[in-house]
Amino acid sequence: MNAAAHPLDTVLSATGLVKTFGGIKATQNVTLNLKHGARHALIGPNGAGKTTLINLLTGVLKPTSGRIELLGEDISDLSPHLRVRRGMVRTFQINQLFDSLTPLETLSLVVSQHMGEGAVWYKAMGQSSQVLTRVDELLNQFRLLEVMNTQTSLMSYGKRRLLEMAIALACNPKVLLLDEPVAGVPTGERDELLATVAALPADVSILLIEHDMDLVFNFANRMTVLVNGAVLTEGSPEEIANDPQVKAVYLGHTQIEGHTHG
Amino acid sequence: MDSQGTHSSNSKDLDSLQRSLHKNSKIKITELLFWVVAFLMPLALPSHDMMISEIAITALFALSLDLVLGYSGIVSLGHAAFFGFGVYSAALFAKFFNADPLLGLVVCAVLCGFLGWMCSFTILRGSDLTRLMVTLGVALILLELANQMDWLTGGSDGLQGVLIGPVLRRFEFDLEGRTAAWYSMSIALLFFMFARVLVGSPWGYTLRVIRDNRLRAMAIGVPVSKVLISVYTIAASIAGVAGGVLAQTTGFASLDVFAFDRSADLMLMLVIGGVGWLYGGIAGAVIFKILQSELSAVTPQYWMFWIGLLLIILVHVGRDRIKGWFMPKGLFGKLGEQSEVRK
Repeated sequence: MNAAAHPLDTVLSATGLVKTFGGIKATQNVTLNLKHGARHALIGPNGAGKTTLINLLTGVLKPTSGRIELLGEDISDLSPHLRVRRGMVRTFQINQLFDSLTPLETLSLVVSQHMGEGAVWYKAMGQSSQVLTRVDELLNQFRLLEVMNTQTSLMSYGKRRLLEMAIALACNPKVLLLDEPVAGVPTGERDELLATVAALPADVSILLIEHDMDLVFNFANRMTVLVNGAVLTEGSPEEIANDPQVKAVYLGHTQIEGHTHG
Repeated sequence: MDSQGTHSSNSKDLDSLQRSLHKNSKIKITELLFWVVAFLMPLALPSHDMMISEIAITALFALSLDLVLGYSGIVSLGHAAFFGFGVYSAALFAKFFNADPLLGLVVCAVLCGFLGWMCSFTILRGSDLTRLMVTLGVALILLELANQMDWLTGGSDGLQGVLIGPVLRRFEFDLEGRTAAWYSMSIALLFFMFARVLVGSPWGYTLRVIRDNRLRAMAIGVPVSKVLISVYTIAASIAGVAGGVLAQTTGFASLDVFAFDRSADLMLMLVIGGVGWLYGGIAGAVIFKILQSELSAVTPQYWMFWIGLLLIILVHVGRDRIKGWFMPKGLFGKLGEQSEVRK
């Protein structure tokens, strides 16, 4: 694929995205480029339009104007599920799981789907060892092995959060949009989650939306600040941390001070 | 994708994964036993052949609704549209073209599948409430069409004089209904096996995924609309076959096959038997039909009262406990609330 041939290329580029709801401009001329293997954080105060931007990128919302390219291909008019098939995958801030299934069933289905077996109706799921191998890998990677036969609705919040990410990774993402992955996770289960986020494959480009500044500054090598639907600034974590504009608008509190040298 | 992950899986792990996955889809001895007993019923209760046939047909009809409602989470209060269309398709085909029953069922399946495919576009959008109304509307339209086109359908007098040939050119439909009972059960069994394969497949799991969380289903790349169109088409086809079998085994078609009661009763059966597992429809059909026949013998006018009482007890008093007594998938998956719509 393109990305593999030119590893430094931009994998996702959004150009001049505008979204208006009636008279409200939720997204104003946003341009965002995601490099291959990036760990890019998108930050901004509540109501800055982060979720709207995610919905535009994944195709849940249609932009009023602007263009989105994935791996050099214009995907502006593709429906959400076709964007997923091309490698644009997201996780959700609020868990979106399949409550009546077990993690094993869930991941088996997602992996089957992405190995082109989603429409197979004549044989039982999980017959191919290729699918099972990948499912086994994911169960291990996301520490879900011991709960693999537990119905999802009965799992702990931390495990559900892990499954949320495992589902996304099972889709073979090229670009992964992580929407507040550690939101609401109790301290006891937090480290496990942070470790799996840190261990996500390097060739997957990640756009992270997060309020937790510890995670953002540990994780990101590039940051974009969104305010009132528009890009305020973009830069390395150091640049953002020292940007007086950013401090004034958003990060004006002491929370950030400790990270300026890290 | 290449799978040189951090973890190397050995074949023993994979076997245990596969065993867990296939645990529910394995054919169990109780299941075999059930079908053997079912097929012996006409010999054990020779005077109830027509009733057995009717139960098998109803169970097949319930299976169809379970695929849509139980597995895919799409409510339908007009499933009789497809059943009735199947009844008239089979009856008219036998009357005017060919009396072979199996050929008739194939025609039924195709015609009703086509009708289901057309109707499927109406259920893709909107809320449960709009779907209830739309599906109900379709059944009412068909009912009125059948009523108005009396030159073809016989209108409110019903379509009479339908003669059906022998099954496989060998087994004549007899008067007491022995052939009918076995014929209905065989067709029901055939489609149960088909549905069984279907729901255990990756495609079958996409149904459940859509039911559980449509938003996420889209976000993992499931073509939601396409899957729903397919399942609705298949379900309509099965409902049509159930109707076709009814027409063939009774040699008669009347307007009541489109009636609202039929759709509503069907939903009650699924509520009684449990949605989202294939045998729920059978259990519901058996319980409902037997109750109906016994109660209406005792109290012809007020038998619905007892059915109503049973439902209220099931839903309100014993929902969780009864769930525990019977089977893991339970009596009242998601339908407890929806059943109240009817009251």
